[in-house]
Parts: sequence; structure tokens; C-alpha cells
Amino acid sequence: MSAALLGWSVFLAQLMLVAAMGCAAVRMLRGPRAQDRVLALDTIYVNAMLLLLVFGIRTGSTHYFEAALIIALLGFVATSALAKFLMRGEVIE
Amino acid sequence: MQAAELPLWAAVPVSVLLLLGAGLALVGSVGLLRLRSFYDRIHAPTLGTTLGIGSILLASMLFFSVLQTRLVLHEVLIGIFMVVTTPVTFILLSRAAFYRDQQEGNPEVPALPPRQDAPEP
Amino acid sequence: MARLIPYPLFALALLALWLLLAGSLTPGTLLLGGALALGGSWALVALPPPEARLHRLGAVPGLLWMVLVEVVRSNHAVAKIILWPGQAGTRRSGFVRIPLDMRSPYGLAALACILTATPGTVWVEYDRAESTVLLHVLDLVDEETWVRTVKDNWERRLMAIFE
Repeated sequence: MSAALLGWSVFLAQLMLVAAMGCAAVRMLRGPRAQDRVLALDTIYVNAMLLLLVFGIRTGSTHYFEAALIIALLGFVATSALAKFLMRGEVIE
Repeated sequence: MQAAELPLWAAVPVSVLLLLGAGLALVGSVGLLRLRSFYDRIHAPTLGTTLGIGSILLASMLFFSVLQTRLVLHEVLIGIFMVVTTPVTFILLSRAAFYRDQQEGNPEVPALPPRQDAPEP
Repeated sequence: MARLIPYPLFALALLALWLLLAGSLTPGTLLLGGALALGGSWALVALPPPEARLHRLGAVPGLLWMVLVEVVRSNHAVAKIILWPGQAGTRRSGFVRIPLDMRSPYGLAALACILTATPGTVWVEYDRAESTVLLHVLDLVDEETWVRTVKDNWERRLMAIFE
């Protein structure tokens, strides 16, 4: 009973997160401006991190946690560097 | 899948939290697609990055704590990290967009040279 | 003592982070975490952070609870706007400039984080010379209400803690 319940909710959650990544990817391709693309990329990072956490629950292993943490770190660094680039035209001054 | 070992009293809240978190992330991304201007769109992903992440982290903590019959708290790390970093990225991004729009004289943002205390109509 | 551990709270937080990451309390992780915390707090001496004096720490849990309630409430509001745009003509978003009395850098940082983390408001720019802040609000009913909300709800409480 609980296995079926959990299996279905994990499946639905994964489906929703993939759909969310799809929406963000469409926005990234459509633009129209650079800041829209960066915002969409950041959203993709966050959704990918959530997807990894759900994956961890699905497989019952805590190893996905480290990957999620690293994706969160990379997302932060990437988005701040891109935002800095948008503002000044260069990342390191 | 080891989830078969999970008792029902834990499986129900884990499922609800998972669906809530994923749903909020989806709504945020749909908003990213649906809202019309950049400054409207920047509000949408905050749904996923606040309650969305919070509820999925809570679900993960509950699931592993019950499954391994010990307190698993390392999801708190991601929580702390996201709480600290998300506002920073959003502020940086909105400020970058704001400066770009100001320099191009975009009518959407308040103009720079005559400093106005009253917001634009 | 102050020479040995320059920033004891920071060192303690680093140790806690390390223990959370390792997920165990064995002597080895404690030793390694302790060394890391000491190294981190010595490194912080090289870049001294602006001094912070906290008053009324008892107000912190109440503030955090308020932030949580506000986040849940505005999540609901923004989700409604996205899913049912409905009367799209009536909703108006825009910029609000809010004059602030707070000067403490930590208080301002906390205010920026709170306002940006609640969906529906984004902190765009802080003007140090005039000490005003520019917010973008998704559902801007009228500017006066927002100015009063920010000042009464958040700024007053944060000033009580940080100034």
C-alpha cells in the first residue's frame, strides 16, 4: 500500500519537475532578452536539483544528495557570474 | 525500491510534500513562460525556490530518517545554502536587468537622470 | 581565548556545517571539523566583517515565524496570479521607491533577503546616498500600502534587532 502510494507520488513529482524544466527551457530558447535566458537557466538548475532529490527518494540512496548540493552550488556561481557579466560586460575586473 | 519498508504514516506526508513541492516548482516555471515582462517573470521562480525546495527537502528528510531509523539532517545544508544564495542571485539579476534597461532608456523602468521619488505611473 | 578563536560563533557554525555534511559524530570528524573551523575563523581575521551588535535576540524566532507565514501566504497569492490570470487588465505590477531609516548593513541585508525570498516582491536597487530602496512588486494595488507594509512589518522589527 505505502509502496504503491509512494511510487505514484514520486512518479508524478518527477513528471511535474520535468515539465517545469521543459517550460524553463522554452523560455530560455525564446528569450527575448539575455536576462530572461539567465533567469530561465537558474530555474532549470533549481528544478534539476529538486529532480535529483526526488531521484534519491525513488532509489532510497543518499548518494544523490551530494550531487544535488553540487548542482545548487554550481547554479549559484553560474547565475551570479552571468548576472555580473550582464551588468558590466566582464566577469572579473 | 526500498520504499516498501516505509510505514503508511510516513508515506502519506512524504507523498503530499513531494507533490506540493513539485507542483510549486511547476507553477513557478509555468509562470516564467506565461507572464509578460521580465520584471513580472522574476517573481515566478521564487515559488520553487522557497516553498518548493522547502517541502521536497522536508520530504527527503522524513523519508530517510524513517527508512534508516536515525535522524538524517544533511538536507538542512541545502536548505541553508538556498536560503542564503537565492535572494542574492535574484537581486543581482534584477539589478543587472534594471541597469541595462535604464541605459537603453526602456520606458518600463524609472528613468535615471532626474531622480524621482514618486514611482512611474 | 579571543586570540585563539577570533570569531567563536562563526567557528561553531563551521563545525556544525561540517558535522551535518559528514553526518556522523565520530572523533575523527569532530577533529577534522574543529581544525576546519579554527582555520576558517583565522582566515576571517584577514577580511574583517563590519561590526554587528545584536539586541533583543528574543525577537528573532518571532521574526522567523513571520517570514515563514508571509512566504506561505505570498506563495499562494503568486500561484493564484499565475494559474488564473483572470482579470489580467486589473492587475498592475510596477516599481515602488521606499525610504528607509535603517542604516545597519546586516539589517539591510536581512531586509533584502526577506523581501526577495517572499514571492511577489523583488529588491532591485538600494540607493546609499538617499537611503531609499527600489522594489518591484507583482501585484501593486497602491504604493502607499506597500511602503507602510515594508516599514511597519519588517523594517521596525529588524531595526529593533540590529540597531
